[in-house]
Amino acid sequence: MLTILFDGIAYGMLLFILAVGLSVTMGLMNFINLAHGAFAMVGGYLTVVLTQQYGVPFMWCLPIAFAGAGLLGAVLERTLYRPMYKKPHLDQVLFSIGLAFMAVAATDYFMGSQQQIMQLPDWLRGRTELFDGERYALGMGHYRLFIIAVCAALTVGLQYILAKTRFGSRLRASVDDARVAAGLGINVNLVFAATFAVGSGLAGLGGALGAEVLGLDPTFPLKFMVYFLIVVAVGGTSSITGPLLAALLLGIADVAGKYYVPKLGAFIVYSLMLVILLWRPQGLFVRKGGK
Amino acid sequence: MDAMQHSLLRNARFKAWEPLLWLAAFAAPALWPGHALIVNEIAIVALFALSLDLVLGYAGVVSLGHAAFFGFGAYAAALFAKLVMPDPLTGLLVGMAAATVLGALCSLTILRGSDLTRLMVTLGMALILLELANKLDWLTGGSDGLQGVIMGPLLGRFEFDLTGQTAAWYSLTVLALWFVLARRWVHSPFGATLKALRDNPLRAMAIGIAVHRRLAVIYTLAAGVAGAAGALLAQTSGFASLDLFALDRSADVMMMLVIGGVGWLYGGVLGAVVFKLLHDVISSITPQYWTFWIGLFLVVLVLVGRDRLLKPWLWLGEGKAVQGAPK
Repeated sequence: MLTILFDGIAYGMLLFILAVGLSVTMGLMNFINLAHGAFAMVGGYLTVVLTQQYGVPFMWCLPIAFAGAGLLGAVLERTLYRPMYKKPHLDQVLFSIGLAFMAVAATDYFMGSQQQIMQLPDWLRGRTELFDGERYALGMGHYRLFIIAVCAALTVGLQYILAKTRFGSRLRASVDDARVAAGLGINVNLVFAATFAVGSGLAGLGGALGAEVLGLDPTFPLKFMVYFLIVVAVGGTSSITGPLLAALLLGIADVAGKYYVPKLGAFIVYSLMLVILLWRPQGLFVRKGGK
Repeated sequence: MDAMQHSLLRNARFKAWEPLLWLAAFAAPALWPGHALIVNEIAIVALFALSLDLVLGYAGVVSLGHAAFFGFGAYAAALFAKLVMPDPLTGLLVGMAAATVLGALCSLTILRGSDLTRLMVTLGMALILLELANKLDWLTGGSDGLQGVIMGPLLGRFEFDLTGQTAAWYSLTVLALWFVLARRWVHSPFGATLKALRDNPLRAMAIGIAVHRRLAVIYTLAAGVAGAAGALLAQTSGFASLDLFALDRSADVMMMLVIGGVGWLYGGVLGAVVFKLLHDVISSITPQYWTFWIGLFLVVLVLVGRDRLLKPWLWLGEGKAVQGAPK
């Protein structure tokens, strides 16, 4: 039972890192970006190619995946995304689905449609068993432990940036009301470009970390789009604690559901989301005073 | 007041080209019997797009899960034909009724929340039905699809044949009937209130429009139309499979509608024709990578703007139009 909880937490942490960028950009510019998974896929493929063909150590690949996806995010934000902010949601949905389709087909063309295999360093393989009892056995895969550690560090870092730094307060001000923030002299466009780039970078890092756990093939952006959107819709877009708790809930519910009632499959997750959204249409965690 | 009534009535009237268009559509299966199957397919997706147009174009509800009703109608009609009786018209009514009931239930879920919430709720509904159809394999055949659906002759006389002529005329007739009905709806006072609440729900509520009730009614009606489209597909292909509920189907129909034009009843029909033909042409050139081109097409369409892409002369007067446009 503890093992399931542990796996669920690892899965949830991963989902959080993948989706947090989406949540912040959605809250900031009210932009529905269905192509977010494409950045995660870029990070994942960068890591696979670098480790397998150029022999770059896995630990070096993670920052490279972050930087690569972040750079791509920054470029696309400047060129393609910016004109879309003012458009209606329907246009944004179509635009970003179009981008996701292109990413899927292009990856298929260049990399092939097969599932990619991630080569982990030796020290990340293996498992540790704790509490060898009947009921409370806890088996921790080292890699999952590593994921939890990295994601927890990132979460703390993000929370610190958001809550304590000047950039964080600018970002929060822009999310709450972009017009007033701009009136106070905050360069909202720059804040947004930086946030978009970091969010895409985090997605890339998540993709690199998650390639082993989630599987990596060209349909990745469409397959996990639903999960990212669930995290954002359930967690709300006004803080990062909301998406964090939503991601953990989703991860644990998904792993536990698949383990205990495999016949129902993803049914549990979707139903849970539906019930939560009917109960709180704006997400579980809404900060008062925001727009 | 008179002038306003006139302009409203003029919009509601049939134009001269409309009967010609329908005549051409009905003549197509007879003139090109080899293409009757694709005419049938286009008629079905056009009906589906018409249904989404009622929800999205007229009521402004962004839905990424409209396939829920399409698939539900299809499975209901297929199961009815397999288990109860093979008459197509009764099956069509059953499919529609089932989807309408589902639509009435689901309409409760779309009343509150932002676009994102609605997007997720509609998407979630379609995914839940997909999972259900997958897991209830004793009833639906699971991932193998529902096989062994044999349809009786239409009206007791016309058999569904391999060339698909009967199927094409059947689907076109149903499409035409629903089209006329939908036209009545959107040009009625009811339709006018829909447009009002799409443009500004708060103000619509303030002038006394029962926003929630209107949304629920149109969502339910549109669900019935989508169910009819699904039932047609299941009946004319004799098969129902899980991909009826898939996200791709909901996304495709949304694309068709946007290509043809949202908030215009012919938009869905036109979009369905263009999309199907584009699909056929591109996938005959690159069967594996056609999604890339459709994605590129979407991105360009949205970035440039549909109006300017279809009417290039707007590029010239653009500066003036932007300056003169009221904020």
